[in-house]
Amino acid sequence: MEDAGFILGSYFLTFATVGLFAWRTLRSGRKLADQIPDDDKYWL
Amino acid sequence: MTTIDPARTELQPSEPPPQRRSTGTRATRLVGIGCITAMGWLVAFGLGFSPADRDQKESVRILYVHVPTIWLAYLAFVVTAVSSGLYLLTKKQSLGWDRVAGASAEIGVAFVAVTLAVGSLWGRLTWGVFWQWDARLTTTALLFVTYIGYLAVRRLGGSHQQRAKRSAVLGMIAVIEIPLVHFSVKMWRSLHQEATVANLDGDTKMDGIMLFSLFVGVIAFTFLYVWLMLHRTRAMAMEDMLEDRGLDDALIARRAEAANQQNGAH
Repeated sequence: MEDAGFILGSYFLTFATVGLFAWRTLRSGRKLADQIPDDDKYWL
Repeated sequence: MTTIDPARTELQPSEPPPQRRSTGTRATRLVGIGCITAMGWLVAFGLGFSPADRDQKESVRILYVHVPTIWLAYLAFVVTAVSSGLYLLTKKQSLGWDRVAGASAEIGVAFVAVTLAVGSLWGRLTWGVFWQWDARLTTTALLFVTYIGYLAVRRLGGSHQQRAKRSAVLGMIAVIEIPLVHFSVKMWRSLHQEATVANLDGDTKMDGIMLFSLFVGVIAFTFLYVWLMLHRTRAMAMEDMLEDRGLDDALIARRAEAANQQNGAH
């Protein structure tokens, strides 16, 4: 594939950013959920 | 013969059920599975099945992630504006709308950052440069900076209602930039190509499998947006609860301190 570095790099950049954002969102949610009783979690 | 251990037959005091340590539910798991599956399809079609373009050659593959990310950023900022409006215009002024607006803006900012970074790689291959102060690129950069400002305004001090009011006003003003970004290629002379799919004459000049690859990208990122929104709004609700609890604790401690001082004086 011509220009494979740029093309694969753009996919890597996208998925790395998305993965990092998703991981950060899950981690902060878990930390906060530890400090809140289940009764206050409206989604349960 | 079996022996009965008396310690094991005693009634144990009932323990509270363990805390649920996440913002996940069955719905988020289903959306997450949908997202991962669609992302797999995106990689397969974007890098494999889809052919090279006659003019752009292999660099067209970058557009299968570049275009969906900016579409989703537009969607995220429109959701921010609509939620901001609902917060301001409804009688109840529910903080739930404010949290939807804030979570959506955070996701939108991340998507615009990806759009700008990936777009600069595409620009290097197509135009020979990573960046040009072209109308489309400049207005997109302005959109990014505006919503960084929106997130900064959300972090200013004050009560939740104060935060919600000032950010709702900004969220409704900032959305005006979206048509400016989208139509910048028509309003000014621009290096950037015009819209291929979302054009006003409704004529999509695109090969079927290329259009399908783009469609798969949009579906994958829409699943991702929904998944992130569900988790982030729940986390934001807990952040607000903890802030309120911290304030209540500080008030109780301050009142107790004042009462002790009064008793000491008598």
